[in-house]
Amino acid sequence: MTTVDPYAGERLKKTHFYPRAAPLNIRDAWVAWNGYKFAECYYDAEYEYFCVRNSCATYDICPMQKYYVEGSDAEAMLNRMVTRDVKKLGLNRVMYTVWCTDEGRVVDDGTIFRLADDKFMLTCGSPCNAWLKMSAFGFSDVTITDMSDEIAALSFQGPTSCAVLKKMGLQGIETAKPFDIRHFPFHGDTLMVSRTGFTGDLGYELWVTPELALDLWDELYAVGADYGIQPFGEEATNMTRLEAGFIMPDLELHEALKTIHLEHDQSPLELNLGWLVDFKKPHFNGRIALLKEKERGTKYTLTKLDIPGNKPAVEAILYKNERCSQDIGYVTSAMWSPAVKANIALAMIRTEFLKGDIWVEVYFQKELRQYRKVVKATIVKKQFWTPPRARATPPLDF
Amino acid sequence: MGVLDLNRVNSIVIGAGHNGLVCAAYLAKKGHSVLVLESSDTLGGLAAGREFHPGFKTSVAHSINHFPQKIIKDLALESFGFGAPAEPLPTTGLSLDGSHVVLQKDTLTGVGESDITAYRHISRLLQRFADRLEPFWLKTIPRVGIKNLTDLLTFGQMGLRVRMLGKADMREFMRITTLPVRDLMDENFEHDILKAMLSWDGLVGSKLAPRSPNHAVLAMLYRRVGGQHGSVASLIKALVSAASAAGADIRTSTAVEKVLVKADDKGLIAHGVRLANGEIIEADRIISATDPQTTFLKLVGVANLEIEFTNRIRRLRCEGYVAKLHLALSDLPKFPGLRKPGGRMIIAPNMDAIEFAFDDAKYGECSQQPVMEIIIPSIYDDSLAPLGKHVLSAHVMYAPYQHKGGWDDAKREAFTARAIDTIARYAPGIKEQIIQSELLTPLDLEHEFNVTGGHWHHTEFALDQSLMMRPTYEAAQYSTPIPGLYLCGAGSHPGGDLTGGPGHNAAQEILR
Ligand SMILES: Cc1cc2nc3c(=O)[nH]c(=O)nc-3n(C[C@H](O)[C@H](O)[C@H](O)COP(=O)(O)OP(=O)(O)OC[C@H]3O[C@@H](n4cnc5c(N)ncnc54)[C@H](O)[C@@H]3O)c2cc1C
Repeated sequence: MTTVDPYAGERLKKTHFYPRAAPLNIRDAWVAWNGYKFAECYYDAEYEYFCVRNSCATYDICPMQKYYVEGSDAEAMLNRMVTRDVKKLGLNRVMYTVWCTDEGRVVDDGTIFRLADDKFMLTCGSPCNAWLKMSAFGFSDVTITDMSDEIAALSFQGPTSCAVLKKMGLQGIETAKPFDIRHFPFHGDTLMVSRTGFTGDLGYELWVTPELALDLWDELYAVGADYGIQPFGEEATNMTRLEAGFIMPDLELHEALKTIHLEHDQSPLELNLGWLVDFKKPHFNGRIALLKEKERGTKYTLTKLDIPGNKPAVEAILYKNERCSQDIGYVTSAMWSPAVKANIALAMIRTEFLKGDIWVEVYFQKELRQYRKVVKATIVKKQFWTPPRARATPPLDF
Repeated sequence: MGVLDLNRVNSIVIGAGHNGLVCAAYLAKKGHSVLVLESSDTLGGLAAGREFHPGFKTSVAHSINHFPQKIIKDLALESFGFGAPAEPLPTTGLSLDGSHVVLQKDTLTGVGESDITAYRHISRLLQRFADRLEPFWLKTIPRVGIKNLTDLLTFGQMGLRVRMLGKADMREFMRITTLPVRDLMDENFEHDILKAMLSWDGLVGSKLAPRSPNHAVLAMLYRRVGGQHGSVASLIKALVSAASAAGADIRTSTAVEKVLVKADDKGLIAHGVRLANGEIIEADRIISATDPQTTFLKLVGVANLEIEFTNRIRRLRCEGYVAKLHLALSDLPKFPGLRKPGGRMIIAPNMDAIEFAFDDAKYGECSQQPVMEIIIPSIYDDSLAPLGKHVLSAHVMYAPYQHKGGWDDAKREAFTARAIDTIARYAPGIKEQIIQSELLTPLDLEHEFNVTGGHWHHTEFALDQSLMMRPTYEAAQYSTPIPGLYLCGAGSHPGGDLTGGPGHNAAQEILR
């Protein structure tokens, strides 16, 4: 007898790696991302974090949105949509960028892969089809194809990642520089590897047809066993990306198209992503608004903070003075960073107050008892954590 | 007047429709060097004189019903031969049995006493409303959220003028402005033909039928101000003369292919145009009298526009529903019951007839039983046809721009035949008088007049596309998101028809 699942359409979908990832999720800690069942952690977030930092680990990015943008107008179309100059993106290279509304507020961030002169892949955290279609209107030769379900993608990060790939037979992978793309024959098909990731460490992203997803996983884990391979989930990702200083949707970034309250979204300049905004290239969306913003100065600036003590300043409000009489911003992400050995945070601070003191009101708990303290934070100008191994080419061998 | 440096002028106006000409004349009078570039070989756009058969001429727009006195005065159009007709032309609701309903000035005949009384009342009421609105048709409607005093005053004035109607009138104003015109008619009148003919000015040119809510009543108010005037040809001639006399240089057969936009680290700027022949002309500003979709999507190109703005332009409602019928006639047709087929004649036996005609078009077919407005302009201007012969011009509704399965000759011929059959029921001998006929579908109008969708107003004249939202916000004050680029055609406030409003307002905005 077959039973019909009355909630079939409501259930989370399983990614192409699910059959291998699920048994490893010994905590059964799943969350949802774009309708997929997605690991929050597999065993223990801190353990997974240390695997990323000390050996290697995989992160299932199948739920990430992937689009092919193709045609003779693809470059022009993307160049008008995003803030960086896509013209400057070489063949088989990847670029991180943001795209904005007319008002210069960030719709989303993501990466663009140049796969051919007239073929790009764009990846991002949230579905972007409607925005891409809207952006493509008026260009005669552009087609947009949603490849999100057609490509299996696995992020493979950590200091031993290159060694594993090499041992798997990806010849010459060690010569790939950050943001390079390489193609390798794989089971009669192609495995695309980009030297990209969200951890600030040495790492790669692996792209393959769904039919070969499990083969890829099996080979990676077979070889990786000697190199401490471990799957990692959302929580560990969030730790690594914060140390790397990357912004996270729904923490630093409230997508403009989903924002209701005035200016509760962000501009790239506010997010300290001014380096992504290329005013030298011709028109792009939000340019007029961003030029104005640049001239008058941003209202907020995303700032890196070092906070005394070891209590993460999660969701803390920032003040101009110790009395906490005037608030000047708020913490978006905070953690005790094992790599930096500091209590770090990203915070949105009203730009005009950056010159003065920044006081943080930290709430914390000890065995259910609530405490509060007010401490003076210092601004961190450089990256929190940039290990030379992340950029070294060839990477260290193990 | 010195010789213009044709490769560098103050202002380029794209399109010599009547609005482009009005704008050019105002700017030239203020000392601008103005160059008007028109793609076709005639002047006047949809109002251009056109020979559709040897010796027979007419224009697509065939009557001038609300041209503002201010523009006539400012541009001294009377001195260039444009003036009011001696006697305002009647509007006649044709009846199959010859008992027509005639409205001559404000005198109504052919209907019962109660309708006459009701008409007197409703006409006064509508006129009071129309008078309140009149100043705003010739004003820039400020954007929402402005802080500048003059602009705030405009808003204040709008509120005040409506408020000054008094409480009862104001309430009535608020009630009826968005009413389907059918409700207004049914509330007040009995005679079917009267209701249909009075509805006409609310509907013609729009994607609307009597039962459609939105802006039919507003269109009636729009069309109740200003004056009725003589021939369309004399308006275009006067505007061309006024613009030329002020120093504007007008070139025909000169299509603009691109508006040139520069992006530097200060922003964008429109700095010239490239012609179809490759020639480049630089200017301080470019003023487009073409429709908004042509201006932005074709001439500027989306690469220089914001994505959401582009999307608003893309979704503008630009599909025309009016076909134009031209007949070359061997003689003046006879309409039983009419002494002379003068003025505007409406064929629409009742409001259902209009509604059903619209229903066909809504679903992509031409009306099985079209309704129409007829004029025989050769009665008033004997240069339009050889001696003793005549031209009949009709706005025929409804013909959808997008015909189900696409337009072809067979569909056009079938609709032409249906339109002529309809007229022949009211003017039985007319078929024998036809020397030549021509029907322009909205698609034909688009091709021949370079107007997207062949739309009467360039883009739907409707509440959702009116005032500070016409054609869309960020382009509704005649300036556009691109500094140096302006709009001055029917797609801008106040809208289409031969009023010169957009051309006038754009010029004021530029000179401000
Ligand atoms: C069938 C029909 C009947 C109508 N009847 C009436 C009527 O009886 N009474 C009335 O008041 N109104 C009538 N109208 C409405 C009226 O004709 C228009 O609203 C009005 O003419 C618009 O004037 P305009 O100057 O804004 O634009 P247009 O008259 O459309 O002029 C635009 C000009 O721009 C030119 N152009 C376009 N692209 C380019 C380019 N790339 N380079 C150079 N030039 C270009 C075009 O050739 C055209 O000459 C009618 C409209 C239609 C469609």
